Amino acid sequence: MIDYWPLLGIALVVVGFALRFNPLLVVAVAAIVTGLLGRMPFLKVLATLGHGFNENRYVTIIWIILPVVGLLERYGLQERARALIAGIRGATAGRLLIVYLAVRQILSALGLTTVAGHPQTVRPLVAPMVVAAAEKQHGELDEATSEHVKAMSAATDNVGLFFGEDIFLAIASILLIQGSLASFGIQLTPFQLSVWAIPTAICAFLIHSTRLLLLDRRLGRRQ
Amino acid sequence: MINLHWLYVLAGAVFAGFAIGSARDETNPNRWGNAVFWLLLTASFWFGDLFGDIGNGILVLALVAIAGLNLIGRGSKQSASSLQEREESSTRHGNRLFLPALIIPFTAFVGTLLFNYTPLKLLNLIDPKAVTLVLLGCGVIIALVVSYVWLRPPAFTAVDEGSRLMNGVGWAAVLPQMLASLGVIFAAAGVGTTIGSIVGAFIPQGSVFLAVLVYALGMVVFTMIMGNAFAAFPVMAAAIGVPILIHADGGNPAVIGAVGMLAGFCGTLMTPMAANFNIVPAALLELKDQYGVIRVQVPTALALLAANILILYVAGFHM
Repeated sequence: MIDYWPLLGIALVVVGFALRFNPLLVVAVAAIVTGLLGRMPFLKVLATLGHGFNENRYVTIIWIILPVVGLLERYGLQERARALIAGIRGATAGRLLIVYLAVRQILSALGLTTVAGHPQTVRPLVAPMVVAAAEKQHGELDEATSEHVKAMSAATDNVGLFFGEDIFLAIASILLIQGSLASFGIQLTPFQLSVWAIPTAICAFLIHSTRLLLLDRRLGRRQ
Repeated sequence: MINLHWLYVLAGAVFAGFAIGSARDETNPNRWGNAVFWLLLTASFWFGDLFGDIGNGILVLALVAIAGLNLIGRGSKQSASSLQEREESSTRHGNRLFLPALIIPFTAFVGTLLFNYTPLKLLNLIDPKAVTLVLLGCGVIIALVVSYVWLRPPAFTAVDEGSRLMNGVGWAAVLPQMLASLGVIFAAAGVGTTIGSIVGAFIPQGSVFLAVLVYALGMVVFTMIMGNAFAAFPVMAAAIGVPILIHADGGNPAVIGAVGMLAGFCGTLMTPMAANFNIVPAALLELKDQYGVIRVQVPTALALLAANILILYVAGFHM
């Protein structure tokens, strides 16, 4: 007999996020409820939560980059990024992001996933450049358009990372697939798996680039 | 050997800096809440291994209480310099301003190449599990030193400007780590196997295409719930991928494995549970809508999911 009660924790997460409660609160409540419904005593739940938090500290290390970014922004990094784009004829928001998408996919496919990212490149460099290009196309951006263009910069980084990294042989997800299938007696090499990441990588580039070109059309039209 | 603990010492120090910077920002009505929040993270980085599991659990509850009771806020100050000062500095320093910013990616680039393709790995200088983070740490230190020597800013600039950005992100900074701990609880309570058995019950008999569809959609939904495809893959492989698609229907295992995972990645683009990719950048770019990044990703994710289902069906069974 399968116990369905712990699934209530998932429902709590969905409802909590949809109602826009503070996500930290939602996650903590869901964790405790799920644990209790899974018949763990409260102290055991608390200990599991604490243990998981302590073991995953490495996820939060990325923020040590912010003092550098902040310092350079104080000396005009974002303004510089905008000035650079303003000087390039033919630079549009869509084209810039297509180039960034291609570079991000290729670097990720070579295993260089941490060369770029939201704190490293999107906030200090990519987003200001793309906003500057969009302003050249469109004139001053209203709030909705500015939000959309910035969000698209972050989205492009994600798409480039996700659908490039699996082409690299030694990436964690390829090793996980290999290990999972091996536990069922299916032996595959990382190479056999990673070549099958290539068709999806190409589709991702084509689909997202098309959307970026449509973004350019939209920015040009509303002038 | 340089391992993760060195990084934790560095990270703890940086978060202590964020605490000091937050306390110094008098434009933030909640500055002490922010300072305590970042100090708790410093404590976690420096002493987490000494607190014990229950101690760490209490630390988590304290972080959640500060965030949940809205005791954490942000200052109104944009930057210590005015727009005009920044424009002047940008013109004066020219494109050389990019160089310190590029030191961090460049260090990651060169370091990864050196470590993967030269005998450096054999020297046992760096713990292989910590390489990317060690390179990040080195990049940050080099970039800070170069910036201070070149630009000669006031001493507290990195602390003040860094905590300005950190307080802009706020509680979202620890959301990815919290979600990872939620994943640990989900696993301990057996959520994965339950979902696998539910999805397994949906398997239509006799139609390869429908089985592919259930497999891909199962990856997407389970990934959206767990926030990453890694937790979903072993469950879906055990429920459908291996017994139905590979064994019963004779699909190509490499395609089923690789493209199944990539179908899950489409789910990652659509869920707030993947906070470091979807919620954190919204905070970092100061978007009004915390789901703004997810919103623009959905069309790409759905179109690509359709492509993945086609690749699974055609390359997995007809090539």
